Amino acid sequence: MKRILLLCLLVAAPLLARADLRVFATVPEWGALVKEIGGPHVSVYTATHALQDPHRIEARPSLLAQARRADLLVATGADLEAGWLPLVQRDSGNAAIQSGRPGYFEAAAVVRLRDVPAVLDRAQGDIHAAGNPHLHLDPYNVLKVGEALAARMGELDPAQAADYQAGFRAFAERWQAAIGRWEKLAAPLRGVPVLVHHQSFVYLTHWLGMREVGMLEPKPGIEPTSGHLTALLARLQAQPAKMVLVAAYNRDGPSQWIASRSGLPMVLLPYTVGGTPAAGDLFALYDDTLQRLLQALQ
Amino acid sequence: MIRSSSRVLAAVSTLVSLPAVAGETELQVLRAEIEQLKVAYEQRIAALEARVQSAEQARSAPAAEPPAEQRAAAAPASGFNPEVSLILQGQYKNMKDVAERSITGFASTAGHNHGDGIEGVSKRGFSVEHSELVLAANIDPYWRGQAIIAVQDGDAEVEEAWFQSLAIGHGIGLKGGRFRSGIGYLNEQHPHAWDFADAPLMYQALFGEEGRYKQDGLQLKWLAPTPMFLEFGAELGRGADFPGSERNKNGAGAGAVFAHIGDDVGIEHSWRAGVSYLRTRASERESRFEDINGLEAAGSFAGRSSTWIADFIWKWAPNGNPSERNFKFQAEYFQRSEKGSLDCYDEQGAGNACDPLAAGERVVSDYRTRQSGWYAQSVYQFLPRWRAGLRYEQLDSGSRNFGANAANLEVDSYRPKKATVMLDYSWSEFSRLRLQYAQDKSMRGLTDNQWTLQYVMSLGAHGAHRF
Repeated sequence: MKRILLLCLLVAAPLLARADLRVFATVPEWGALVKEIGGPHVSVYTATHALQDPHRIEARPSLLAQARRADLLVATGADLEAGWLPLVQRDSGNAAIQSGRPGYFEAAAVVRLRDVPAVLDRAQGDIHAAGNPHLHLDPYNVLKVGEALAARMGELDPAQAADYQAGFRAFAERWQAAIGRWEKLAAPLRGVPVLVHHQSFVYLTHWLGMREVGMLEPKPGIEPTSGHLTALLARLQAQPAKMVLVAAYNRDGPSQWIASRSGLPMVLLPYTVGGTPAAGDLFALYDDTLQRLLQALQ
Repeated sequence: MIRSSSRVLAAVSTLVSLPAVAGETELQVLRAEIEQLKVAYEQRIAALEARVQSAEQARSAPAAEPPAEQRAAAAPASGFNPEVSLILQGQYKNMKDVAERSITGFASTAGHNHGDGIEGVSKRGFSVEHSELVLAANIDPYWRGQAIIAVQDGDAEVEEAWFQSLAIGHGIGLKGGRFRSGIGYLNEQHPHAWDFADAPLMYQALFGEEGRYKQDGLQLKWLAPTPMFLEFGAELGRGADFPGSERNKNGAGAGAVFAHIGDDVGIEHSWRAGVSYLRTRASERESRFEDINGLEAAGSFAGRSSTWIADFIWKWAPNGNPSERNFKFQAEYFQRSEKGSLDCYDEQGAGNACDPLAAGERVVSDYRTRQSGWYAQSVYQFLPRWRAGLRYEQLDSGSRNFGANAANLEVDSYRPKKATVMLDYSWSEFSRLRLQYAQDKSMRGLTDNQWTLQYVMSLGAHGAHRF
């Protein structure tokens, strides 16, 4: 009898000890970053995947159920999730993940955002008052977010704080080395003019010194119209571009239309972790992105 | 940029070396002068380019970034103002001229309408619907508040005014004030979020013309800590809305309970199912009847009303990305039973069957009904801005037992039906134009072909929509 009890305890012990930090990440990039930092101490639920337009997510029942059980909510912020996250937070009945609590982490709060609009007017499209929220495509931003995130994870789970710090340092070291490699690799991309579907690559193009000379959407968040695309095509005569950048979640109709008429290569970028089969983690996301850009340049 | 300017520099240096090899002839002198001019200009251009480049670098350099604290300090005190949004809705409607619309076989909720104004659902031609002004904000770290004021023609109505808990935790959510009840699926949705221009017959029969049940009271919800969505809720309220009635009493006039379950299937499908129960008490609930001779009779109901609602929603989007194409199926079923007494009288003094001599007599009888109905609808977004929808609905007037008043009142037995198709176009998520056609057989002996052209616009900080 004693033996059986002991056996039960042995089996149950790892289950009881697995008091993981439960993390609800709104987008794949932060889910991946939490895994890099937290390793075995965290269980991560990623609310969306790379083929979903991050602006157009619905507050599905499954998201509520997951948010209910989370210790830490990692969001991009800057209104990227404005269409669904506030509802999920409030209806989850989870006090820990409400805005302003330590269990709510916003990546946009720790980096400087680009394209902060001077005038807030919906006539300018679906603009974000705080600035462009697609900040994870600048590797230096990832580093800043990672540092703040590791500190926050330590705050919520003090027992593992040292491990989170160590996890971040190890990640940062590899990431710095990778940045050096990427920047050397991407040198030919400097000054290359590109068209984009949506303003989702602002941080990437700034980092690499590429120039955005046109956007397929007439205004941010407004679906491309044939009139706008025709005008864009005409403008290419005076202001040529080298390629059209599309995120994995964008509908490829408009970019194909431009590509077939202008002869420009259409470059599908993973945009976030999981956007292409190769982009399995944050490193692979950048590797694959650069490889696709360089390939299109040739 | 570096590459192009180094090319310019190389060109400049070749040009600079040119005059050195120039000969002595006049032509060569002229050429040299031209070259010198060229060189001068090239150099100026190069210098300008270098300036532009350095300016660009300064702008993007991390060293020039202002610290985050500085940005935060810039927000003025008015930043504390609530999120404000305004919903503009209006329509053009083409349909038959029916003075007082009602659903045959179901208690008419409108009561008497002796004013000259034509109300809500009976309006034909151009009309502006309620404009909803929404104010919402976090009150403090513990509570959030929201008010919706519906405004129309010298008439402002508090549609919703509630507070909601943020900090109780354990999956518990508490709401208090006036709010749309959590029963059913469509009930919590505002008209601007509806997929059709009007509420289903089911909701009109259950809760009256506006097609929603609102509580003045308290709502408690609990979300289970399970991987699958499992939510339970209970409400207590004043119960002044149909099927209840205004009353002068302590205690609660209405109570509701509901349970929801939902999940995803793969990455493309998600669903929610629910069951709800609403119980209200009414005293002197007025409605309009027709007597056996076709004259108008007033009936006042006292008793209790129990409603069951079952709902199911299923959504699909390719790759789980609804921005391009998506599909939504939604269906609800109800069953209502009412038990109490009916007081029949003659308000008009027309000498109806309850009061043949118009002497102010009243006939009080038993009143028992058991009625049901359902609707099912699908909406498909087939292109990024276009959606098409189809709705079919049917009610059953079921059993209506008026006791002694059965001899005085016409007891209709009827199955109202309605079929609706719609097509809408959205410029953005904030503006929508909808064309709808409905064949409405909700009144016995009348087939009404209704055309509606409706717009829905939302201004300002527009909040998130429910699933």
